[in-house]
Amino acid sequence: MKILVCISNVPDTTTKVKFKEGDSLFDDSGVQWIINPWDELALTRALELKEDAGNSVNEICVIHVGGAGADATLRKALAIGADKAVRIDACPADAYHVAGQIAEFLKENPFDIVFSGIESSDYNGSSVGAMIAEFMDYPGISSVTAVNLDDDDIQLSRAIPGGKQVLKTETPFVAVVQKGIANEPRIPSMRGIMMARKKPLEVKAAAEMDVLTKSVKFELPAEKGACKMIESESAEQLVDLLKNEAKVL
Amino acid sequence: MNFEFTEEQLMIRDAARDFAQRELLPGVIERDEKAIYPTEQVKKLGELGFLGMLVGLDYDGGGMDTISYVLAMEEISKIDSSVSVIMSVNNSLVCWGVEKFGNEEQKQKYLKPMARGEKIGAFLLSEPEAGSDATSQRTTAVDMGDHYLLNGTKNWITSGKSASTYIVIAQTKPELKHRGINALIVEADSEGISVGPHENKMGMRASDTHSVMFNNVKVPKENLLGEEGFGFKFAMKSLEGGRIGIASQALGIASGAYELALKYAQERKAFGKEIINHQAIAFKLADMATEIEAARFFCLKAAWLKDQGKPYGHASAMAKLYAAETAMKVTTEAVQIHGGYGYVKEYHVERLMRDAKLTQIYEGTSEIQKIVISRGLVD
Amino acid sequence: MSVIAFAKNWNGKFKNSTYELVSYTKELANKLNTNLIVLSIGEVSNDELNTLGKFGADKVVSVNNPQLNILTSRAYAKVIAQLAEKEAASVVVMSDNNSGKAIAPRVSVKLKAGMVAAVQELPVSLDPFVVKKRVFSGKAFGHVQIDSEKKVVTIAKNCFGLIENQVEVNIEEFAPEVDASLFKIQVIEEEEQKDKVILSDADVVVSAGRGMRSPENWAPVEELAEVLGAATACSRPVSDEGWRGHEEHVGQTGKVIAPNLYIAAGISGAIQHVAGISRSKCIVAINTDPEAPIFSVADYGIVGDVMEVLPKLTKAFRNSKS
Ligand SMILES: Cc1cc2nc3c(=O)[nH]c(=O)nc-3n(C[C@H](O)[C@H](O)[C@H](O)COP(=O)(O)OP(=O)(O)OC[C@H]3O[C@@H](n4cnc5c(N)ncnc54)[C@H](O)[C@@H]3O)c2cc1C
Ligand SMILES: Cc1cc2nc3c(=O)[nH]c(=O)nc-3n(C[C@H](O)[C@H](O)[C@H](O)COP(=O)(O)OP(=O)(O)OC[C@H]3O[C@@H](n4cnc5c(N)ncnc54)[C@H](O)[C@@H]3O)c2cc1C
Repeated sequence: MKILVCISNVPDTTTKVKFKEGDSLFDDSGVQWIINPWDELALTRALELKEDAGNSVNEICVIHVGGAGADATLRKALAIGADKAVRIDACPADAYHVAGQIAEFLKENPFDIVFSGIESSDYNGSSVGAMIAEFMDYPGISSVTAVNLDDDDIQLSRAIPGGKQVLKTETPFVAVVQKGIANEPRIPSMRGIMMARKKPLEVKAAAEMDVLTKSVKFELPAEKGACKMIESESAEQLVDLLKNEAKVL
Repeated sequence: MNFEFTEEQLMIRDAARDFAQRELLPGVIERDEKAIYPTEQVKKLGELGFLGMLVGLDYDGGGMDTISYVLAMEEISKIDSSVSVIMSVNNSLVCWGVEKFGNEEQKQKYLKPMARGEKIGAFLLSEPEAGSDATSQRTTAVDMGDHYLLNGTKNWITSGKSASTYIVIAQTKPELKHRGINALIVEADSEGISVGPHENKMGMRASDTHSVMFNNVKVPKENLLGEEGFGFKFAMKSLEGGRIGIASQALGIASGAYELALKYAQERKAFGKEIINHQAIAFKLADMATEIEAARFFCLKAAWLKDQGKPYGHASAMAKLYAAETAMKVTTEAVQIHGGYGYVKEYHVERLMRDAKLTQIYEGTSEIQKIVISRGLVD
Repeated sequence: MSVIAFAKNWNGKFKNSTYELVSYTKELANKLNTNLIVLSIGEVSNDELNTLGKFGADKVVSVNNPQLNILTSRAYAKVIAQLAEKEAASVVVMSDNNSGKAIAPRVSVKLKAGMVAAVQELPVSLDPFVVKKRVFSGKAFGHVQIDSEKKVVTIAKNCFGLIENQVEVNIEEFAPEVDASLFKIQVIEEEEQKDKVILSDADVVVSAGRGMRSPENWAPVEELAEVLGAATACSRPVSDEGWRGHEEHVGQTGKVIAPNLYIAAGISGAIQHVAGISRSKCIVAINTDPEAPIFSVADYGIVGDVMEVLPKLTKAFRNSKS
């Protein structure tokens, strides 16, 4: 069995976001790039499955749609343990475009399981995984918190409001994973970093694919204003403000 | 000239940083306070390959360059120098010497498990009466034909209790003075070895520093490192590289304290503004940042020379001297910037200040570095 | 021309988020000068479908096929896309919840419709069609333009609210094609879970300080946390005194957390405490002292006694949920 893990290259979560060119572009100067946290967990789970003798997983490939700037991130995925990396040399303009590129790759290079993260921490699109499933006409399972393969019998769990659901499916399928899928991302070992040098990082030309959306402008949230004082008798008002003004509930 | 790190070097730095944040930061205060040896942490450090990162791939090491080693040592020392000293001694004092001067059997038998981090090595040079002056070795290794008979006491041995493999410097032919000194590989569980109590230290309290006593310990002839009489040179060569490790440790202690102070100065308010907006504090931070950057360049220069196969003893002495002095100064200022909070354990900077002191003492005191440096000036 | 809202049901019932979706889509349809069609899939009674009329749904299309009683994103997407083609829909709108996340991208591919997830408000502009959403995990907003003729958007929860607009509901049945090959996922088990929320992962944190006065007074804190599905936390002196466990200690020397909502009850807001919570999106403070420093970092404040205010808050949150 072969697992393909989709990797998005995102600014480190502690990055202070800035924009340039009239707030139309993300300013990436000085940004530290990392593997999108959910993708890193997906990769970790894929590696755990490969190490487990109870199934036939024998190859883990990571794929990224983007420019050469992401190679360091892909190399890290190799150092952590992926067997090979593929970069499709296209600007990751929108989710449709990215998913379409990955689907084109999948048509030529079939995999049994495709993992994608529930969203990428930059544009928070949360759609690439399900789009790949649709392009490929595969079953897709969202919000996956566990993937188990017992003798290649596939069992997945996913979070549903107030509980969890255990599902069965057959390959090929796409699992869109979230927190819980693996405990903690791995730290690459010295040996892993060394071996990553020799592992293949293949760069493929982009396929013809439409771009349907584009980001035209960014804005930063308004500065924190003064503390809004609420009468101690007006608990309902506070609940309302938290819901409709602060939007945190 | 190129001031860019490679992709790989950055990956190693990030791995060390992640490890320090995730595995070392939790519990570091308690391990220091109660002098608890970081067993689990050292095991994980070994599994990731940091303990043998400089050893070649053929001997189960990481095959990394010295630049990467500086970066990793800095990151780990920002959080826990008790761990980084174990890493430094194992890598640059013990593994390096066996890889460079040992024979094939010695490498297979002793180097490999240490490079994998399964066994820890210790370097036994200092004695009660021989510290800065390492020539006056009193420990003897008498040639008995098929073995050496080892007698004497070594002091201040990092990993003295947890190590399985010792490299012992001892006098075989006193009449030849330092040319009669040998370097031997000694298994720590050999008969006749006893380990003294844990030294109750000011800083790096979680690393295990012990005296080690030898009483008629038989060491097989095949455990001699290099030629007969090479021991003193061996020790000095090992220390040249070791100093890059300790210099990087000092660099990490300094930059760790600086990062905490910078953050604190932006949060703490006094007289209506964040204290970083008081020039006296801002200027302290400016000095700290500048000196740390200089120390980093010293470390990287020495590492680069070593990687290029060029002489690096002079550069590593400068790096060790400057980084250690910087660590002491920067950590003291970091405590000052923290005010009263800096004086309690929870804020980390007081520990870094205690740790910094040691970097001015071991692997050659600052005074000794000046001797090395000044001799190099007229050579 | 039309605009379609997909109204998901939970065991035959709609939720507030469904009505919010309908409210939003009705406004959008008005702006676009076109009709709103609400699509319901699965077994939902006419009475329940009629409730959508309160928010402007004059046309509801109901697909009642037993095969579709269990939500399968592949099949649902197919149904939605068929209706969208039949009705020449220009925009399909869904809620940004688990099922919306699974279905909307599939609809986007089927219709070759540009998609934007979790939009915050009505489009900033209609021509070109530009919507606003949170990006960089809430650190900024992005304006995204959809260039394709057809469009799919999902709306973020609680971003719009309910807008009442009572109309007569017209229910139409629709029988799309769905074939068995679309059902390759089998549910084999469902479990309810009520784990204690882990502090460092929690979206909502209820934290209390020395102002609680005694460890016996913690019930109101725990009750509020339970209603909110929140984790509990405390200031350092509280854990030092042993009133609460050390794992709850937040601050410079404790855990550093970044929840969406941090409620500080009886906490003065010393800088050491604030260092651990300043990355929270929204801070609510309850304190008897109007000069307490916590109010200078809080977004909302109540001057009052925790023992009185907390139970009132718990009640208000409970009411707002049901
Ligand atoms: C925690 C710890 C761990 C250690 N780990 C190890 C280890 O693993 N292996 C090992 O072999 N050793 C180890 N050491 C020993 C360390 O290297 C020595 O302590 C150090 O070299 C200084 O020796 P000394 O303590 O005998 O001081 P001394 O040599 O007695 O020096 C005392 C003072 O005199 C100064 N001085 C000495 N000679 C001169 C001179 N010619 N000119 C000017 N000033 C001079 C010194 O700079 C110092 O200020 C460790 C020490 C400590 C504290
Ligand atoms: C080295 C060091 C490290 C520290 N690290 C941390 C840390 O990591 N985290 C941390 O939290 N603290 C830390 N502190 C402690 C910090 O300085 C404060 O002392 C602490 O945060 C105060 O806790 P508190 O707000 O619960 O208590 P107090 O400061 O006593 O505040 C209690 C508050 O409750 C209010 N109050 C009283 N009765 C009521 C009532 N009935 N209803 C409503 N409000 C009421 C009062 O007006 C007051 O504002 C540290 C201190 C030191 C010295």
